[in-house]
Amino acid sequence: MAEVTEVDAVVVGAGPAGSAAALALARAGRSVVLLERGPFPGSKNVYGGVVYGRVLDGIVPRWWEEVPVERWVVRRSTMLVTPTQSLSVDYRSAAWGEAPYNGMTTLRCHFDAWLAAKATDAGARLVTSTVATGLVRDGTGRVVGVRTDRAGAEVHAPVVIACDGVNSFLAKEAGLLPPAAASHHTLGVKEVLDLPAGAINERFGVQDHEGVDVEILGCTRDIPGGGFLYTNADTVSIGVVVALPQLAASGVRPEELVADLRDHPGIAPLLRGASLREYAAHLIPEGGYDTMPELVSDGLLIAGDAGAMTLAAGLWLEGVNFAIGSGDAAGRAAAGALAAGDCSAAGLASYRADLEGQFVLADHKRLRKAPALVLSERVQQRYPGLLCDLAEGMFTVTNPTPKPGGLRLTRQVAAGHGVRLRQLAGDTLRGLRIFG
Amino acid sequence: MSAPRPADRPSTPRWRGISFAERMGTVDFRVGARAHITVDAEVCRSCTTRACVTACPANLFTPTADGGILFNYEECFECGTCYMVCNHEGALTWTYPDGGHGVVFHHG
Repeated sequence: MAEVTEVDAVVVGAGPAGSAAALALARAGRSVVLLERGPFPGSKNVYGGVVYGRVLDGIVPRWWEEVPVERWVVRRSTMLVTPTQSLSVDYRSAAWGEAPYNGMTTLRCHFDAWLAAKATDAGARLVTSTVATGLVRDGTGRVVGVRTDRAGAEVHAPVVIACDGVNSFLAKEAGLLPPAAASHHTLGVKEVLDLPAGAINERFGVQDHEGVDVEILGCTRDIPGGGFLYTNADTVSIGVVVALPQLAASGVRPEELVADLRDHPGIAPLLRGASLREYAAHLIPEGGYDTMPELVSDGLLIAGDAGAMTLAAGLWLEGVNFAIGSGDAAGRAAAGALAAGDCSAAGLASYRADLEGQFVLADHKRLRKAPALVLSERVQQRYPGLLCDLAEGMFTVTNPTPKPGGLRLTRQVAAGHGVRLRQLAGDTLRGLRIFG
Repeated sequence: MSAPRPADRPSTPRWRGISFAERMGTVDFRVGARAHITVDAEVCRSCTTRACVTACPANLFTPTADGGILFNYEECFECGTCYMVCNHEGALTWTYPDGGHGVVFHHG
């Protein structure tokens, strides 16, 4: 007979969503088991990445005094590139380098373990190296627990919160996520490179614990996607994020795209002498609002990447904050349902309403058309080169030929890239409608 | 033996990268006894797209001369790319490795 543990709630996955959910439940006085398939929280997780900490304000007061930060992001740069050109919009803020801060670079094995420790400090029971292999249902079909790969041991609870990541087998088993949907996913491939802190400070123009976040468009050949470069304490993270179906059809290996980026004339000097510390890859659910699964069913809530909550909207690339926000809301909804004695879908319905009332679903809903625009052919294949050539035309001194007028130059450059001014205006308007 | 680093090879002046084996050597894998991915060689023989061969970031899928696919599960990132891009029903089964096994990221 398999060992059965009875608790109030079981949370699957000790990433940011799961730990936030377990923390909320433990603080509500509930017994909660937090399952993690890796040997420690964060061991299976990869992101760019930057964590935006505002979501933590209400969960861990003055979190910035204890969080395991690499660097506080004070410079944010958006870079459009062709193989030989680059055009950057670079924003720098002194305020972002002071409490309460905006974004930070951190590594997931540190950050996820920190948040999981908050949950265990509050009374949650973290069980690592344990896979939740399936859902346990009662006679009516309601979810009442999970099976694990520990000698078939089961954890039974009136409510299960699936925070089991982008491949969520629990959401798939519950029929909430399709078995596979390549077009809703991108592949992130990352290299962490060793680079001394002093070299990072000099090359990126920062000091002490200041860091830089660079997002890059135009660096993924004919595959829709983008690149990133983040400074950690004494490493840098560089990588690309590319649409899965087009990557698969391209014949281009993902690590080749990272090598392209590393070798780019605008980037290579920043990384001179750096050596590979760790290579990594992870899927990202980038489909946005319209590809999200149902988040609630009888005895089951879905949060974080399992609920496709990564925001990939061009200007904004966020995920961990959405995981924390959704996990916290799921934990609070589960605690409320337990108190009311009703963990049916109806009893748990406050979860979705809560998410709609805050950034988690409000941002996704507002930006629901952004992923399609960002990954569209003109934005991906034409505009980076068009804008770089426009800058080149503006800033190249052509004496004795007089300077070209701005409109004439724009028309010429656009035509050279196969873009009509009407299309340019239309896409600008579309962008304003989505982001405005 | 690992391949020489590009810096040692004058024919590749740019730091194009290290060998794939060296690249994967930077990753901590705690290999379990059970293969968490299985591939049906018969189904793969009828596949013309070979999406997994291109897209797998760990480069685990190798076409064979007789039209099949060779696969090893040991150095898998557990990302899910292979089953997402595979369009042949039943060619690939994918689960997580047993608890505590598989990839361990230290700089994710």
